[in-house]
Amino acid sequence: MSTEFESETDHSKAVLKIEEATVRFCGDSGDGMQLAGTQLTNTSALAGNDVATFPDFPAEIRAPRGTLAGVSGFQVHFSSTDIYTPGETVDALIAMNPAALKTNIADLKSGGVLIANSDAFDKKSLEQAGYDDNPLEDETLDSYQLFQVPMTDMTRRAVEGLDLSQKEADRCRNFFAMGLAFWLYGRSLEPTRRFIDLKFKKLPGIAEANRRALTAGRNYGETTDAFVSSFSVDKAKLSPGTYRNMTGNQALAWGLMTAARLSEKELFLGSYPITPASDILHELSRYKNFGVRTFQAEDEIAAICSAIGAAYSGHMALTTSSGPGIALKGEAMGLAVMLELPLLVVNVQRGGPSTGLPTKTEQADLLQVMFGRNGECPMPVISARSPADCFEVAIEAWRVAARFMTPVMILSDGYLANGSEPWRIVNYKDLKPIPITHPEAPTNGKPFMAYERDELLARPWAIPGTPGLMHRVGGLEKADGTGNVSYDPINHQHMTDTRAQKVANVAQVIGDQEVMGDPTGDLLVLSWGGPYGSCRTAVTRLQAEGHKVSHAHLRWLNPFPANLGEILRRFKKVLIPELNMGQLSMLIRNQFLIETIGLNKVQGKPFQVAEIIDKAKTLLP
Amino acid sequence: MASVELPVLKPGDFGSDQDVRWCPGCGDYSILAQMKKVMATLAWPREKTVFVSGIGCSSRFPYYMNTYGMHSIHGRAPAFATGIKSCRPDLHVFVITGDGDALSIGGNHFMHVVRRNVNLNIVLFNNRIYGLTKGQYSPTSELGKITKSTPMGAIDNPMNPLSLAIGCEATFVARSIDVHIKHLADTLKRAAEHPGVSFVEVYQNCNVFNDGAYKYATDKSVKSDNIIEIEHGKPLIFGKNRDKGIRLNGMQPEVVELGKGITEDDLLFHDELAPEPTLAYLLSRMRYPEFPEPIGVLRCVDAPRYDELLNEQVAQARAEKGEGDLDKLFHSGDTWTVT
Repeated sequence: MSTEFESETDHSKAVLKIEEATVRFCGDSGDGMQLAGTQLTNTSALAGNDVATFPDFPAEIRAPRGTLAGVSGFQVHFSSTDIYTPGETVDALIAMNPAALKTNIADLKSGGVLIANSDAFDKKSLEQAGYDDNPLEDETLDSYQLFQVPMTDMTRRAVEGLDLSQKEADRCRNFFAMGLAFWLYGRSLEPTRRFIDLKFKKLPGIAEANRRALTAGRNYGETTDAFVSSFSVDKAKLSPGTYRNMTGNQALAWGLMTAARLSEKELFLGSYPITPASDILHELSRYKNFGVRTFQAEDEIAAICSAIGAAYSGHMALTTSSGPGIALKGEAMGLAVMLELPLLVVNVQRGGPSTGLPTKTEQADLLQVMFGRNGECPMPVISARSPADCFEVAIEAWRVAARFMTPVMILSDGYLANGSEPWRIVNYKDLKPIPITHPEAPTNGKPFMAYERDELLARPWAIPGTPGLMHRVGGLEKADGTGNVSYDPINHQHMTDTRAQKVANVAQVIGDQEVMGDPTGDLLVLSWGGPYGSCRTAVTRLQAEGHKVSHAHLRWLNPFPANLGEILRRFKKVLIPELNMGQLSMLIRNQFLIETIGLNKVQGKPFQVAEIIDKAKTLLP
Repeated sequence: MASVELPVLKPGDFGSDQDVRWCPGCGDYSILAQMKKVMATLAWPREKTVFVSGIGCSSRFPYYMNTYGMHSIHGRAPAFATGIKSCRPDLHVFVITGDGDALSIGGNHFMHVVRRNVNLNIVLFNNRIYGLTKGQYSPTSELGKITKSTPMGAIDNPMNPLSLAIGCEATFVARSIDVHIKHLADTLKRAAEHPGVSFVEVYQNCNVFNDGAYKYATDKSVKSDNIIEIEHGKPLIFGKNRDKGIRLNGMQPEVVELGKGITEDDLLFHDELAPEPTLAYLLSRMRYPEFPEPIGVLRCVDAPRYDELLNEQVAQARAEKGEGDLDKLFHSGDTWTVT
């Protein structure tokens, strides 16, 4: 449904117009902070702002209440201009308890709005958070605009008479916090009320309580003397079109379904749950009427193996995971390379090694997906740059997999997967079809050649059920042409070269690398994946200051675009910011024999724009 | 209406153009020959049949069949087969595996494909040894087995494949022997025709690394005392003169001699259709030398099949919601327009 509405905030108080704001909700995991953030995001998007979000939550489902380990946060950046990041420092922080305050206060900008649930600052909670004194009562928060709001008490009073237990009443606090934040930024309560109606359809008492808490929060902002003004952010001047808010995982799932339709295929997903990739499985499981078959396998290996079976049988096949699962899938990926079947492997990266930081982001699986298989085993690798970009990446990946008869790795990461931004809705009929043909039995009496190649070195995709094309595939080396088992040494060399050349040929269809800014200069910022937004924002600011800096963002990591080497050599220096210890740098240096400068960080967090600007400035004349 | 006759295929039509490269004398040859024979009787188009295997001597099998086939990775054939069958219920899918492949590295997948009752036919070649890797003990090797990797004897308690399959609620469970060719062919045929997962354990001789492992079951002079051919509705009788039987003593089977006051009616009668797997499990536990080992069909029951249910859900979703419309999906929920 398309939604147009006016802000409900009556303007009895002053309204300050601002260009953008970054707001963060933080509290215990279980306090509903992700929900609060999502609602503020959607409402801001519906109000016409550009938005970008950064959910940040612990790996524990419910860490002990009030502890530093259990703090969950959701940051939303909304703006009247195009934005590419979920914000740097925070303009407004809503802290539900002392632990949340302690772990988040460092990100609040000086003079920023700090709303604290004062009811939660009791002796026990303060001790749990490691505070000797109540920070709301000493001078430590003097550099912020502190608002102490007894949210627990006011929420309880708002839901009085609804026959709720105290626990149930207290769970409405996040709606109170939302209502207050909505007032502060002139947001309508209507979309959230609709959300409540839908979400709690079967629990009318809870729905009413949340509705009341939401309104109470808004009314509190409006009536209390504490707040003298609220803020307004104009609509962003996005390109014309109809938009919706999308997370990366949702955009990826929808892109995959779209790719299936474009190629007239039904989609099969073999998957095993793993953070932060599971939502792709959840999302796809809802769309069986699109011909989507999802199989929750017994483990990561069965997940990919079932997908390879589906690919052999003629379906668009997919497996989704994160780094540890990708490690387990390695042998089967090697088989898919040998069988030369189209297959998509999605790696939503998280902090590693091993179990690492399951809920935090990292870009450190690049070398794993490039080389983490036995033998000479090249696979094309594509990466998404933003949540909405996952949609297009999914389609492009399948286009290549089907055209070249090869498994393709799609890289996303936790930050893209859970973060969201507006997606300009496409018309299905405007998308380019993905033509796929399956061979029929040869009529000239010659035997079917399962490994005969076309001009780009792809082999035919013959599917079971077709008369006259019976053939056997397997992991043993194939004789060129026939596909029969072959131990011939020269053939093995030839097939190894052929598989490598086939992947290299992908460069012929992916197009040239583009550069934002001048084609030559003092510095090129080269990025891939999630840091796109921070790099783009940083380079734009540096350019505005008159620096000769340009930005190139890679979508394909294997193969690289054909003109990449030439671009790199046109700049005096190349800076590669990565959320790893220098993996793209290693590949670039190896392939192009040029010096690169890394900006590397593995802290479970995306880059801040300032970090990239600061580093770039040390490299500029 | 004129009937469309399918071309009559002979066993030879199911052989591929590839040289068979098992050791001379290997039991696998017999299983291959019986499979081709069964294929010719099933009247399925060759192109509708897919053989999937893992790794091991047995797993070279798909290369030798003139059908579709996939030689996959160690232990994972059930997962590949699940993907194929889930997408293409029209295909007849066989999983060819060995004791190491299915029960060791593939134990997990075996358990899950069986409990899901995917409509596949699993044939396990059990030679109680690792052949391809040259003679290490396998999950079915007996305690004390001396091999290259167990010079002082194996200390792992062996696995019972039939008991395992029944424990996972397999809907069709059978056993046969490579050299009992008629029995093997009949068993494979029944397995192929079973709707749901079928599991056939075939005692198979590895004449290089474990020769004579099943001599007790194949040697003409002793086999009738050591194996018992079970049939639905019939009493459990065995012995060269069919003078011995199995009787239940409480929960325990016992060997009894017929005559001397014991008649057929006192014996245990086989019921492969029993909804509870208790009897099948009891039969699977009868091991040489204490008991004659049952060959034939231990269990054959009907249950919902994973691949059918999956495709029914797709059909049901389409019936209820209509064929998915991407434009409608894109515009669902909250959207806003910028002009």
